[in-house]
Amino acid sequence: MNEILDGLLTHSPALIVAIPLLGAFLTPLISRVNDKLRNIFVIFIVALTGFFVFLLANDIFSNGSIHTYVFGGGSPLTDGGFAIRILFEVDGMNAFMAIIASILAFVGVIYSWSFMKEHTGQDKYYTLILLMIAGMFGMILTGDMFNFFVFLEITSISSCALIAFYTNKGKAVDAGFKYIVISAIGALFVLFAIGILYSQYNALNMAVLANNITYGFLDKIALVLLIAGLAMKAGIVPMHMWLPDAYGRAPSSVTLILVGATQASLYGIFRMVFSVYGKTIGNINASAVDTIMNVNSIGWILILLAVLTMLIGVLMALKQYDLKRLIAFAALAEIGYMLLGLGVRLASKFSGEFEVTGAGSTTTMTQVQFQGFSSAALTGSVFHIMNDALDIGLLFLVAGAIYLATKETNLNKLGGLARNMKYTTVFFLIGLLAVSGMPPMNGFASKLIIYESAYQINPIVGIIAIVCSILLLAVFVKVFHSVFLGPKIPRLKDVKEVPKSMLIAMGIIALIIILIGLFPNFVIENIVQPATDAIVNYSSYIGGVIP
Amino acid sequence: MIDFDFNTFIKTLETGLRDFNSGLWNPLVWGIAIVIAFLIIYIIRGFGKTGHKEQTEQTKVFLSGNPELEKEKMHVGGSNVYWGFLDSFKWLYKVLDKMHTGNVSDYILWFVVIMGILFIVMGVL
Repeated sequence: MNEILDGLLTHSPALIVAIPLLGAFLTPLISRVNDKLRNIFVIFIVALTGFFVFLLANDIFSNGSIHTYVFGGGSPLTDGGFAIRILFEVDGMNAFMAIIASILAFVGVIYSWSFMKEHTGQDKYYTLILLMIAGMFGMILTGDMFNFFVFLEITSISSCALIAFYTNKGKAVDAGFKYIVISAIGALFVLFAIGILYSQYNALNMAVLANNITYGFLDKIALVLLIAGLAMKAGIVPMHMWLPDAYGRAPSSVTLILVGATQASLYGIFRMVFSVYGKTIGNINASAVDTIMNVNSIGWILILLAVLTMLIGVLMALKQYDLKRLIAFAALAEIGYMLLGLGVRLASKFSGEFEVTGAGSTTTMTQVQFQGFSSAALTGSVFHIMNDALDIGLLFLVAGAIYLATKETNLNKLGGLARNMKYTTVFFLIGLLAVSGMPPMNGFASKLIIYESAYQINPIVGIIAIVCSILLLAVFVKVFHSVFLGPKIPRLKDVKEVPKSMLIAMGIIALIIILIGLFPNFVIENIVQPATDAIVNYSSYIGGVIP
Repeated sequence: MIDFDFNTFIKTLETGLRDFNSGLWNPLVWGIAIVIAFLIIYIIRGFGKTGHKEQTEQTKVFLSGNPELEKEKMHVGGSNVYWGFLDSFKWLYKVLDKMHTGNVSDYILWFVVIMGILFIVMGVL
């Protein structure tokens, strides 16, 4: 039994991508047999993928190991020392992101069962969903730059088709078109950066690049292209404008998984900055003070973008009256918090005169150090990736439930739904409290860490972050009042609670939100901190490929 | 398997983690406090008078002397909430609306602008 498990564990990085990919191509065939069988098959495929994700994550978190899976077997390097083989390199951060993606994917397909029941073209829908999931996992697990680009494209193309799934609605098609234009251009610049790095170092492997990178002129250009391209895909202000369109027009079950895909792009920024450019980012050698200050300035730009993302997100959410568009802007604000933690980490190096004791004498030397709060900022940021996916995901599912029950998302035309949709109301309330960072929900734990570290780098930044959370609360209190409270609207008198599969899907996320909220320390110590440690420890990442 | 340590499971989240311990957050304590607060509210509510006379002024809604509309028409819609805030920040929303054109060419323009800023900051340009 153990041998079988060990075998599965060894091949799990490949299986996590291969299973949904093969499942996607089998779905149209099974769909011809029976719709119910197809739905069960898709849920089984996603559950099986989830099993491998948890198997792999469990091993990585309990042993602190890195899994390097070389396609075709053998050593990552050829006899001549070239890293030409495609490989997946999975450390704590990859495993952390894969856990989030698998939860979203699993809940998304359960929710889809009833949510998409009345629609035609479900075979295409489920095929695209599985392709999107495969692409997302590929982006998360790969250790190869070009492979990353390929999976980025797979995710983008399938996402685009799913955003435009309601082809009878012009706005959905419009949103899909905007998304593919944005994705194609973003991905093109990522490819351009990969080309620059390849021409410089003759390698596409992330670990090999990380080992060789010198932070020269071309490397700087590549870094800008990577950050800008992925930031646009992650929906960072002012490159966010596709996001409310896409999130707002896609079916809710798709939006849930799309949140994961957006975060996979954010993960890309983390990986590029901390692993591929890890030597530069982690450099605290006083002789390279110019480079260090250069990195600090990138950090400050990211902090500025984060503040803008939070502010514009909440301010725009406040004036929306379409429920899904409103949640989309709130999701944007949430992305700001994650970026803030990242920015604080990058901007937190400082140089000064320090006393160094050695050989019986104490001398004063110029040294560069990280501020004490910098690792906390990154931990908060990584923790918030998980919390944001769950909180915003839950709210989108509730919005979908409201749409299914009432065929309406306009806040002015909704009201009094708490009388007929009790469970959905409770789920919305949980999502509302969580996304606004209210204790005792999960959002509070991660936001508290981000507030504190942001306050340390500059009190104004910390205060803006807190104010934005208060505004988020105001936004969702408005939604709660408009949609759920008040007298029954005559047109909505006969509204019924949504089917069980949708309630189960919302219930799973609500339960995880509450559990993380009540026991944040358990999650931080066992999952978040190992992920943060893995992402900053670039030498271990390099060591996974180059012995 | 991940080591399950009950003390870790219930331990307080010390914000700042390894580097500084300036905060303290225990959701369980908060949860219990919320339950106690609700209990107190419930007890205070119990002291209220339950009896009232039907069909008298006691059961009528008072709206500063205005007549009461039908219940369905009394609901305040989403667009009317926070109108004061939106009105006083009209100038800001004008700028934000101008920014959100819905034109995909403008989306790309912003991308180019940000890329340009990053190039300048990093000393490439």
